[in-house]
Amino acid sequence: MTQLTTSSKIKSTLAPNSNKDTQIDNSNSLGNFIQETLALTKRLFIQLQRRPSTLMAGVIQPFMWLILFGALFSKAPQGLFGNDLSYAKFLAPGIIVFTAFSGALNAGLPVMFDREFGFLNRLLVAPLTSRYSIVAASTIYIITLAFIQTAVIVGASAFLDAGLPGIAGLSAIALIVLLIVLGVTALSLGLAFALPGHIELIAVIFVTNLPLLFASTALAPLDFMAGWLQVIASLNPLTYAIEPIRYLYLHGDWTVGSIVMNTPWAEVSFGGVILVLLAFDALVLFTIQPLLRRRFA
Amino acid sequence: MAAAVVIKNLKKSYGDVLAVKDISFTVKPGEIFGLLGPNGAGKTTTIRCLCTLAKPDDGKIEVGGISAIDNPKVARQRLGYVAQEVAIDKVLTGKELLQLQAALYHIPKAAAKQRIEQLIEVLGLQDYANKQAGTYSGGIRKRLDLAAGLLHQPEVLVLDEPTVGLDIESRRIVWDFLRALKAAGTTVLITSHYLEEIDALADSLAIIDRGVVIAEGTPSQLKDKIGGDRVTLRIREFTSTDEAEKAQHLLSSLPFVEEIIINKAQNNSLNLIVQTGSNCLSKIEHSLIEAGLPIFSLAQSRPSLDDVYLAATGKTLLDAELAAASTRDLKKEKKQQMK
Repeated sequence: MTQLTTSSKIKSTLAPNSNKDTQIDNSNSLGNFIQETLALTKRLFIQLQRRPSTLMAGVIQPFMWLILFGALFSKAPQGLFGNDLSYAKFLAPGIIVFTAFSGALNAGLPVMFDREFGFLNRLLVAPLTSRYSIVAASTIYIITLAFIQTAVIVGASAFLDAGLPGIAGLSAIALIVLLIVLGVTALSLGLAFALPGHIELIAVIFVTNLPLLFASTALAPLDFMAGWLQVIASLNPLTYAIEPIRYLYLHGDWTVGSIVMNTPWAEVSFGGVILVLLAFDALVLFTIQPLLRRRFA
Repeated sequence: MAAAVVIKNLKKSYGDVLAVKDISFTVKPGEIFGLLGPNGAGKTTTIRCLCTLAKPDDGKIEVGGISAIDNPKVARQRLGYVAQEVAIDKVLTGKELLQLQAALYHIPKAAAKQRIEQLIEVLGLQDYANKQAGTYSGGIRKRLDLAAGLLHQPEVLVLDEPTVGLDIESRRIVWDFLRALKAAGTTVLITSHYLEEIDALADSLAIIDRGVVIAEGTPSQLKDKIGGDRVTLRIREFTSTDEAEKAQHLLSSLPFVEEIIINKAQNNSLNLIVQTGSNCLSKIEHSLIEAGLPIFSLAQSRPSLDDVYLAATGKTLLDAELAAASTRDLKKEKKQQMK
């Protein structure tokens, strides 16, 4: 830092770029978008690597759900949850989806903290090709976490006697987790831009998380529920993710046409469930668009 | 050559608070331009509008002749922004932050690597670049923030209160660095509520108060405009009120003396405004000796920017600071800006 003004090397380092167009290439928007997204994703993974407690808690928690809830109902009469079905086997799909859902619901928090600490400004003053790269990076990160958690739960469930679906079944589980995570992550990011601060965001997460779990078929089948709750559970996207995975766990032979769930008003096939989840994603992305555009003008 | 930055009739409100009423100024290429004003005058809001973080309600903003409002991406490419609150990811190392920054500005990988090395060297960050930013002191964080702002070789570097909260040594380093930047041809725009900072660094400045520009020009021009020189006289190290009043009475009869104030906060020293070029020191000395009064110290100086501020607003910058500090709701302002 001494004799700054004298060295010519220092001078060239500090000089403005006289010919902007040759240095920064703006012709390749897709390449630039990928560059931004990867750099932002890398940041999230470096944070995860240096502060792994979130991931550890995220793996331990579903594991505890699995063991505690399994123990809670372990003396329930055989056959209560379906033909010769143990509760552990019944529960595993619910925990897989609920875990992915919780993780995705929290996706907005890091963005909210970036907003509050001013780090987001650093991104917003940069000439990003599209500010959707911020959303894309968070989504990639959350989906990766959800896959790690799902793998652990699937493994643990197999160990707890819930069985293990085949390769096609596992791929189908991955697809379903992907679809539910995509929609919920987008929703959470939308909230991170719409709400005034992290207190409000945490409040929303708090009142959404467990009620949506109980108003789904994660812990009990539809026909256990009061009529009004059956209606709510049949509108809950979590149910549309849980039921097909449960079907996969129970039936080795399944096809796209298999009927995987019975709502009070219709039977839904595997393909139908996927369509419902796609529609949910599309609806969320469409709904949050104005929120993002307001920030991302 | 187009002006580096032109801001014209800028207006911006947050909710019902009119933060910027009417601000206009022009920054010439290659100069250090200072935006001086007390806290709450609208400096940060102006900078946020310039750096495309906030959309002005009305007015014109141009960077190198191109509208920042219509072409925000071009403005973002040409500007480097160093915020007042150093926004650093504590978990990333300095180098990782710079790598992230390089990708956000789409600097090709090889060029980015070279540039990062250069900036780490020039800013003396070699010992810190591979440590997590959470371990940095305030001065080091500021240096990292400077490196990040300069990574893409902006034409204009914009710094909001660059030395607030820094120790004296770090402050000197930042000052030297900004002078070196100017010498290398980069235009620098800084905001500050420190008079001496703007006085020491700025080639030209605009003084803003409550959302409007109250004076613009070079420090010399502004000082000449209010006219007169300042003389500070101390009869003794600790002067009695009687003696001070006696001296005041005596000196006020001199033809070149325009005004005399007894500064009680400074042990009754006397502050005189005198006509410039009147060879006044020896005349003041002479009449004091004749009246049998001793002289502990006697010094003449040009008016300071504080005098300029005082002449324009009727209060000193310090008083304005104190007044603003008691009425501002910083938390509310922050929430407003986040929207």
